[in-house]
Amino acid sequence: MSKTLRSNIITVGLVFIAYIGAQILIATGSISSLMKGLLVPLCVYAILAVSLNLTVGILGELSLGHAGFMCIGAFSSAFFSKCMKMFVPDMPGALRFFLALVIGAALAGLFGILIGIPVLRLKGDYLAIVTLAFGEIIKNIINILYLGIDEEGVHFSLKSSLDLNMADSEKIIINGAMGITGTPNDSNFTIGVVLLILTLIIVLNLIHSRDGRAIMSIRDNTIAAESVGIPVTRYKLMAFSISAALAGVAGVLYAHNLSTLTALPKNFGYNMSIMILVFVVLGGMGNIRGSMIAAVILTLLPELLRGVVSDYRMLIYAIILIVMMLFNWAPKCIEWRKKATASVKARLQKKSAAKEVE
Amino acid sequence: MAMLEVKNLDISFGGLRAVDDFNMTIEKGCLYGLIGPNGAGKTTVFNLLTGVYKPNKGIILLDGKDITGKKTIDVNREGIARTFQNIRLFKDLTVLDNVKVGLHNHNTYSTLTGILRLPKYHKVERQMNQKALDILKVFDLDKEADVLAANLPYGKQRKLEIARALATEPKLLLLDEPAAGMNPNETQELMDTIGFVRKHFDMTILLIEHDMKLVSGICEELTVLNFGRVLCQGKTAEVLNNPEVIKAYLGE
Ligand SMILES: Nc1ncnc2c1ncn2[C@@H]1O[C@H](COP(=O)(O)OP(=O)(O)OP(=O)(O)O)[C@@H](O)[C@H]1O
Ligand SMILES: [Mg+2]
Repeated sequence: MSKTLRSNIITVGLVFIAYIGAQILIATGSISSLMKGLLVPLCVYAILAVSLNLTVGILGELSLGHAGFMCIGAFSSAFFSKCMKMFVPDMPGALRFFLALVIGAALAGLFGILIGIPVLRLKGDYLAIVTLAFGEIIKNIINILYLGIDEEGVHFSLKSSLDLNMADSEKIIINGAMGITGTPNDSNFTIGVVLLILTLIIVLNLIHSRDGRAIMSIRDNTIAAESVGIPVTRYKLMAFSISAALAGVAGVLYAHNLSTLTALPKNFGYNMSIMILVFVVLGGMGNIRGSMIAAVILTLLPELLRGVVSDYRMLIYAIILIVMMLFNWAPKCIEWRKKATASVKARLQKKSAAKEVE
Repeated sequence: MAMLEVKNLDISFGGLRAVDDFNMTIEKGCLYGLIGPNGAGKTTVFNLLTGVYKPNKGIILLDGKDITGKKTIDVNREGIARTFQNIRLFKDLTVLDNVKVGLHNHNTYSTLTGILRLPKYHKVERQMNQKALDILKVFDLDKEADVLAANLPYGKQRKLEIARALATEPKLLLLDEPAAGMNPNETQELMDTIGFVRKHFDMTILLIEHDMKLVSGICEELTVLNFGRVLCQGKTAEVLNNPEVIKAYLGE
């Protein structure tokens, strides 16, 4: 078994073990309802971190609007599901969710391509600036978007719900800043874990394939990549749009876990994009497993601390952030970690050698 | 037919005519040297040949085909591969993967095949590993296949760049100061390797070099460039004995 295959299996295995662990905790009733409510968001954040790592760590481009793609996935899929619930009420939930997933991912990916085509041709940090603007624009447009469907057809407005001129206000689907209410709760923790594992498989298999090598070669040296015949723009677009589509998947999962979906700065704004970036940077750029673990730890931590030391909660959170950063990036720490793993390996080898002698 | 034919090539940066009415013909299988003092325009000629810069004037024929003005990627597909004066490796990829990036356009499968790990993925990857290892063996780098390129010693990094270029199966190989920074032992070893590559792969090679020992040792023909212009061209021995060349380049 090759080294990368083993590492990939460990990554997916970790998710599986965490899932079993959580199920045991739920079954034995030793988990607070607050924590239970965090299970799906954990999957959402992990998917976001893993997918952003594809752009930032593997392609080497900075994106500050990852939440924008999530937002597109969330609203397009919630819109679809609510329409289906209203007009095709006997469609099975699983099928509805599957279609919603396809729509959310495809639309987010499409926006990735639309943004990527003009921007990824340029050298420099243009992508960061454009994605930052994109994320904010999407959020703000959705906040003033009113959309309803009734017998007369589709009603649309960017002013207010009254401008929709609809007799039955029940049929308003997107209600401006109040967002979408009544999205069917088609997702759950198990679906979240399945989607996370799928994301991991897609990203890890992509990285360790011919295309992944091409993408990383562009990151390491664009001029050299061109000189050996790598179509640079094509691969940049591929990585960026796959990353966007997977953020869309996270959005679909997020939207179908809530009965009310609104585009707040907190969930779809700049803050959120930066938080995902923090997961990636702390977990290690290009380190898929690391960014997933960072997402989980940093999401759980504030909640875990709430119970223990509520006064110093944010202080401890900040300290842990700094410690994680040092652990991952300080040269001394890296050296120490290398030594530690080497000595553990040596010891294991000695043991197995001793066994063979016996 | 000549492998490379360059006619009246011209480029200027601002007011500086970096390459001025440059002509050169390289026969198939030849090991050709491009020499000249610092700033003469040698690297600029490489950049023109590989489409990094577009010439203001002139044509470039590779194996009879006009490749003037083509993009770098397409020039590589037409059959020119190069190394860089300041090493440009994929430093966070392994030695093996650096060469496999070079194989990119010759061993292919679709993105979906890669993500779904279909049988073709395994088959093609196996072929690529084998091919890459075979090339690495020529440069005595096969034992370092799993090392990150950034962690290789300097001399081996230079060799890896040549290996990566060869992986693209070029007709013409351009080497920009391959022996720069090497000690005499390493240089000697490199000369042997270049000679071997040429025979083994039946390769046409154009190299830029400052090391006169290397140039006179392996190059059959030379072009001397000075201030962007050709000073002298011909068989190595004749060129090196030309009084003008001695004056301009080799010094008194
Ligand atoms: N992109 C560029 N813009 C402006 N000037 C350039 C550019 N590239 C090269 N030049 C100039 O063209 C001239 C030739 O440079 P070039 O790098 O080709 O020299 P060289 O013969 O390779 O020298 P060396 O032996 O030092 O490598 C130099 O004066 C250099 O400053
Ligand atoms: Mg040069």
